[in-house]
Amino acid sequence: MPAMNMIQALNSALDVMLTKDPNVLTFGEDVGYFGGVFRVTDGLQKKHGLTRCFDTPIGEGGIVAAAIGMGAYGLRPVAEIQFADYIYPAYDQIVSEAARLRYRSAGDFTAPIVIRTPYGGGIFGGQTHSQSPEALFTHVAGLKTVIPSTPYDAKGLLIAAIEDDDPVIFLEPKRLYNGPFDGYPDRPVTIWAKLPAGEVPEGYYTVPLGKASIVRAGGDVTILAYGTMLHVALASAVDSGLDCEVIDLRTLVPLDIETIVNSVKKTGRCVIVHEATHTSGYGAELSALVQENCFHHLEAPIERVTGWDTPYPHAFEWQYFPGPARVIAALQRAMEA
Amino acid sequence: MKNRARLSLRVPTPPARPGDAPDFSAIKLEAAGEVRRPEIDARPHDVSDLAYALIRVLDDKGRAVGPWNPKLDAETLRRALKAMLLTRAYDDRMYRAQRQGKTSFYMKCTGEEAVAIAAAFALERDDMCFPSYRQQGLLIARGYPLLQMMNQVYSNAHDPLKGRQLPIMYSSKAYGFFTVSGNLGTQFPQAVGWAMASAYKGDDRIAASWIGDGTTAEGDFHHALNFASVYRAPVILNVVNNQWAISSFAGIAGGNESTFASRGIGYGLPALRVDGNDFLAVYAATAWAAERARSNLGATLIEHYTYRVEGHSTSDDPSRYRPINEAKLWPLGDPIERLKDHLIALGEWSEDRQQEAHREAVEQVKTANKEAEAVGTLGHGELPSLKTMFEDVFKDMPEHLRRQRQQMGV
Repeated sequence: MPAMNMIQALNSALDVMLTKDPNVLTFGEDVGYFGGVFRVTDGLQKKHGLTRCFDTPIGEGGIVAAAIGMGAYGLRPVAEIQFADYIYPAYDQIVSEAARLRYRSAGDFTAPIVIRTPYGGGIFGGQTHSQSPEALFTHVAGLKTVIPSTPYDAKGLLIAAIEDDDPVIFLEPKRLYNGPFDGYPDRPVTIWAKLPAGEVPEGYYTVPLGKASIVRAGGDVTILAYGTMLHVALASAVDSGLDCEVIDLRTLVPLDIETIVNSVKKTGRCVIVHEATHTSGYGAELSALVQENCFHHLEAPIERVTGWDTPYPHAFEWQYFPGPARVIAALQRAMEA
Repeated sequence: MKNRARLSLRVPTPPARPGDAPDFSAIKLEAAGEVRRPEIDARPHDVSDLAYALIRVLDDKGRAVGPWNPKLDAETLRRALKAMLLTRAYDDRMYRAQRQGKTSFYMKCTGEEAVAIAAAFALERDDMCFPSYRQQGLLIARGYPLLQMMNQVYSNAHDPLKGRQLPIMYSSKAYGFFTVSGNLGTQFPQAVGWAMASAYKGDDRIAASWIGDGTTAEGDFHHALNFASVYRAPVILNVVNNQWAISSFAGIAGGNESTFASRGIGYGLPALRVDGNDFLAVYAATAWAAERARSNLGATLIEHYTYRVEGHSTSDDPSRYRPINEAKLWPLGDPIERLKDHLIALGEWSEDRQQEAHREAVEQVKTANKEAEAVGTLGHGELPSLKTMFEDVFKDMPEHLRRQRQQMGV
């Protein structure tokens, strides 16, 4: 099985779907000839033609609106927003239009679209290239929100998202594009090629939306994470010396509630980790859900380890980033309670 | 202090407010037949004068004159007139229903009937329309059942949209009528996307979209024009300049500085400015743009110059912000009267037949309304099933919604 990094895996997913289904096309800023600033669409225009993979004006609202119109026609467009930080001009089109099209037309019109966008910090992107806006989308009825953490999942989830009949926000943790990152900025860089998660089949396969993955089984404490933070959680689990169960959520909506609840009922403890700011972050939803479903099994207060409630500061990126030190401290608090 | 004049801020104001005499003196009207009609393959740059002129076909005596006369047969004209009469009768009945508390909200298109009806006649039946909330005439002209429209207005058990939409926000894929959004302008670039898809698939269908003068201030308007231009999308982009965006006059949207049609010039799109109260002019402009789009020559921007005779909606009182008799003095007249006069001038119609057609329209509306009211009106009678509230959020109902539906006990 070939070793792929996440960029190559995503490229492979698009390639597979462009080959399989003539209704699939992909577009966005710098996506066509150049292959995208992160190279995710590299070579696709050359292989599939100008009308299947093309550049757009810098107008995120227009990109998503065009995708919605194409979806309503019957195509399956995959729109790229160059950075999640630039998705806000398209926010109205996403939340007021794509998310509600099926509902408001009683199923008459649908928007089977995927909006891909790199998100998250860890590459010194400053506050305009590092945000994690997932909670803004999970709050909206009618959107699916997907966040992969490995190349294998990235490809399988993206294919599933393209085949899904609902609008999907596909957030790509750009810190993981080239290799996993455990939250220790001073450790040697790991590349996907050396990990089983970097083994990605060439052809078609899917990873179903709405199914979490128990990445590490354990009995002491459950860690809920996704995207880059999955790898921070794994590093923290090892370094804490505790018997942690680590769950990669993979899709935030629909959420695999059952896997989360079963795990927390077993361990009695729950630590939630995400990069996004703390207040009203997705961790708040997870925390409430665990409390509602597992209250009588909880042996410690639920912990949330998150970004601070500030924009992403360029010079203090590693202080902002919820690294293993903070996760381990939270795990210890959970165990001592 | 520097020796310079002090700056001052301008806020545009309309020529007349309540208590003033209506003042339309700033409006420059070309005579009917005066504006040239270029070939459909004209280069946008060479027809830029049309963005500032006003295409008119019907003159003051009801005669059709000049190069834009579409020369429609009398039967087509009579059908169009009846569709306009039906639209007005429908609006009047639904407006009264709102006043009687049978629905929450209504929006009339009085004075603007020609804009939608002429488009419906000029477009093909399977072209996709992305309307705003004042194009109910498209559905009526395409023969969509009045009963169904009323069921939607009443949110009753037979509401095709299951009680989810504001009353005037219809949707019907089968009739080429894209679901109306309350977020203004959003559908303009969506129509472009639909048209791009049609072109991508090698289809022969085109898209058309409508927004108001006020909505041209939204970013989506500019996205639509830019994308339509860049990808040469087969789409007709219509701006219905009815002079008022709720209480803000067209000058607040930027209409005092240039025409709305002229926005197309900077994007390299041909742009037509048309008398929106002249059925023949709207028909001709739409047909020109449609032929252009179908010939792979891309999009056209059309400004329909008209007047919103009634309030913005049933929640609005226009006497608070404009002269009470302004609508009556609108210099482009009433679209129904003008088409009627034309048919009479042709010897194909009479005042008596007009009265009869009006009565028939009212009767048709009355019959359908009785049937709709028998099913239910907002909050009374038979309602959509409550469990449908949780359907269509996603194609398949996810676990969390299934649980919430169970919590509700349905």
